[in-house]
Amino acid sequence: MTTTDTTDTAAGADGAPGATTSRKDWTSDQEVRWCPGCGDYSILAAVQFLLPDLGVSRENTVFVSGIGCAARFPYYMSTYGMHSIHGRAPAIATGLAVSRPDLDIWVVSGDGDALSIGGNHLIHALRRNVDITILMFNNQIYGLTKGQYSPTSEHGKVTKSTPFGSIDTPFNPLSVAIGAEASFVARTHDMDRKHMMATLRRAHDHKGAAFVEILQNCNVFNDGAFEAITGKGSRESMLVPLAHGEPIRFGPDGSKGVVLDPDASLRVVDVADVGIDALLVHDEKRSDPSLAYMLSRLARGPFEPTPIGVFRAIERPHYAQLVDEQIAAVRERKGSGDLAALLRSGTTWTVG
Amino acid sequence: MSRTMDRSPGSVSRIGSLVVRFAGDSGDGMQVTGDRFTAASALFGNDLATFPSFPAEIRAPAGTLAGVSAFQVHIADHDILTPGDAPTVLVAMNPAALRANLSDVVTGGSIIVNSDAFDERSVAKAGYGADPLSDGSLAAFRVYEVPMTTLTVEACKPVGAKPRDAERSKNFFALGLVSWLYHHPLDSTIEFVERRYAAHADVVQANTLALRAGWNFGETTEVFESSYEVPPSTLEPGTYTNVSGNTALAWGLIAGAHQAGLSLFLGSYPITPASDILHELAKQKHFGIRTLQAEDEIAGVGAALGASYGGALGVTTTSGPGIDLKSETVGLAVSLELPLVIVDVQRGGPSTGLPTKTEQGDLLHAMYGRHGEAPVPIIAASTPSHCFEAAIEAVRIAVTYRTPVYLLTDGYLANGAEPWRIPDVETLPRIDPEFQTEANHTAPDGTSEFLPYLRDPETLARPWAVPGTPGLEHRIGGIEKHELTGDVSYDPGNHSRMVHIRADRVARISRSIPPVAVDDPGAADGRPARLLVLGWGSTYGAITAAVRRSRANGLDVAQAHLVHLNPFPENLREVLARYEAVLVPETNLGQLVKLVRAAYLVDAVALSKVEGRPFLVGEVESAIAERIGSLRAAKETRA
Ligand code: SF4
Repeated sequence: MTTTDTTDTAAGADGAPGATTSRKDWTSDQEVRWCPGCGDYSILAAVQFLLPDLGVSRENTVFVSGIGCAARFPYYMSTYGMHSIHGRAPAIATGLAVSRPDLDIWVVSGDGDALSIGGNHLIHALRRNVDITILMFNNQIYGLTKGQYSPTSEHGKVTKSTPFGSIDTPFNPLSVAIGAEASFVARTHDMDRKHMMATLRRAHDHKGAAFVEILQNCNVFNDGAFEAITGKGSRESMLVPLAHGEPIRFGPDGSKGVVLDPDASLRVVDVADVGIDALLVHDEKRSDPSLAYMLSRLARGPFEPTPIGVFRAIERPHYAQLVDEQIAAVRERKGSGDLAALLRSGTTWTVG
Repeated sequence: MSRTMDRSPGSVSRIGSLVVRFAGDSGDGMQVTGDRFTAASALFGNDLATFPSFPAEIRAPAGTLAGVSAFQVHIADHDILTPGDAPTVLVAMNPAALRANLSDVVTGGSIIVNSDAFDERSVAKAGYGADPLSDGSLAAFRVYEVPMTTLTVEACKPVGAKPRDAERSKNFFALGLVSWLYHHPLDSTIEFVERRYAAHADVVQANTLALRAGWNFGETTEVFESSYEVPPSTLEPGTYTNVSGNTALAWGLIAGAHQAGLSLFLGSYPITPASDILHELAKQKHFGIRTLQAEDEIAGVGAALGASYGGALGVTTTSGPGIDLKSETVGLAVSLELPLVIVDVQRGGPSTGLPTKTEQGDLLHAMYGRHGEAPVPIIAASTPSHCFEAAIEAVRIAVTYRTPVYLLTDGYLANGAEPWRIPDVETLPRIDPEFQTEANHTAPDGTSEFLPYLRDPETLARPWAVPGTPGLEHRIGGIEKHELTGDVSYDPGNHSRMVHIRADRVARISRSIPPVAVDDPGAADGRPARLLVLGWGSTYGAITAAVRRSRANGLDVAQAHLVHLNPFPENLREVLARYEAVLVPETNLGQLVKLVRAAYLVDAVALSKVEGRPFLVGEVESAIAERIGSLRAAKETRA
């Protein structure tokens, strides 16, 4: 069973000395309507604690969502917000980001919204590197429609729409994002506010499309889906924290590690057996995405050691920047548009 | 080389108008040939209207009927309204082009064929049993056989072009010949060739030589008994340019955004026949226009709505199935009450239907094609150049009333072109976006607050408060909202009020639109016509020409043409009530007629055509004569 924390205290190390706003300032007057015990509460709290500390203003912050439990998120923030239609938030956010590069835009989505009905918009926002921060709450189930399997549900999942078990192969959200040329890819989970805040801060600060999978417990329709890896007792041995430039280690006293085998596959090892120098050193800035992709598939599901943190963070120009540069370049060449001249730009002739 | 060509005095006949159709394989360059003939006519001062027609396949099998591409142009010394019902001259580059177009040519008309293309195989490929040039089947026409391929290859020899390459210039030979026949100077075409093919000196030379060879063929051989001249038309004084509907529409969007002081954002997915609007706007980056070729139709409109949310003018352009895909987002825009222009260049349906052919099939979709009670204003352009004005009007309504607006054109307007008197930019209407910048209400406790759905009492428009405005942070969404705060509300009474307010807001637009004008010459002297012809969209040209001809034949008929389809102009009820009979020509199965019958309980009758082609003037004219005939007969029976 997941525990949630909705108290109003900022999370220790991430508290913001000198911040002029507090969580309260970023909280709207709307009653939060998720099921009691839902993992969404702790994600909301993490975001509301983080924002006062990011040096951004409420009026320049926009939350855009699609449909699903997660999509109610914008109503609970005291920023600008749009609760749009199923799957389309990345497309709507693209138009907003391209015409308003000054804004800080967050897209809040779920596994059904982002990977099923909105899969196309997600991958294209990522490849274009639109400057938005995408939070995908992954609970491996359809919650709002009361419990059908989702594109991330495990094979064999028994739900109302799959009474004899799902026969679909699930998506691995991070593999999808990396395959879609995402410039920033990370994973965190709803049981660790500190890790969430640190990861979301990185995602926010990234210029371009940032994709964060947040493992989230739906305690009503898929309770305990991630318990085996995020539960208090199992976390240490089942979550593999990624740190740029550091050997990939986890487990009690860092006793486990990840090596890259000569056959180009990753393997979990006992550090004692191979020595620290044999471990794979994490490099989130590698332009080649292959290693990040392999790491995204280290676990076959939430029952094996699962990497969390930033998988990939590379720099490339974001979309609105390229759009604006192109406009500036054309203006340089042709001067600013002149309507009267445009109307006379074809062959003209004069009568009378 | 001199650009002007000499011509011998010879016999010249003056004619009032001319309809030429150039037809060939889709790879034969018939569109560019027609286009150049049009440009030369425009420069000469003729009034004109054009009708390109091409296959949906980019390269349908050569020599087949499916691969025939054609371009019809109507030029005249007077004001004309359509590209002409039937060509008086057909230029056919091969047997398939002849076969596909012959039935349209007026009896006694001229047919100029490329006789080199009439070999046994090509004749058979076109589905002819015997060579039509020799079996007597063309006896009703004046046929001119010109070996265009041979003469073109011969003409290009001096520049060392290989025959296979030289052959490709034969369309310019045809153009040169027709230019001689109708007294069109070649200079503007030569300039065009030099510009267009600047990177390929050999192509410039070949095309120019072919063009001149065509002209010289007319001049030196005595194949043609006479040449013809269509004198310049008496157009209103001003500076003119020739525009297609798609170009005029793109310029209208730029003008609309300019007049509103908004930056223009286009989210679009390529689709025939709307893509040229995307192309045109993508070219005009120096206006600060942002164009996004989206991943699909849904993203195109979604991004446009996102841009509008941020304070830009969001526009999406599409056709056919693209409109279906956008419906969900249009519904969201109805709920969010944000400006959005949805351009639908209608084409034949259902499904993929006839991608390159025209139809007015989407009026009822624009009107009703969303779930729930989701009213959307609709504007329709009447002629290619009217697309400019119609686009500005769509922008005005979208911005003023904070609403998605459907702007309907069709394949016929999109690709058709006509001379357009360029308006003075200073005379264009101003549009005020009136962004909200401060609180708009005082709460019971005396503090000021912002209510995102508190409306303008006149227009019922809600405030447009864009992100970045301090103090006005608010949340909006597709869930039903409280009528003032915009907070989620499932309250039955609130929903009922919101449904009514959204309907009223659209209905009130009628207060800001001009009354529909009725053209009824007899009405002034107390002899109004008994029949009204009511149209919308691209049927304007054919209806107006038919009405003129009917009057010339002594029939009294009135005409009105709608630009605003939702809401209708306020005087439409009264106008319809004045006439005993109302005829509504549409290239669909009767969509406007359903709307007016439902709204006004009038016994309006549809004249339908669904062939993927516009009305011929004659078709509308016969329907008018028939309706007036039956009105007279009914009167006599009563008497
Ligand atoms: S259904 Fe599941 S995901 Fe949705 S609010 Fe309830 S617990 Fe949370």
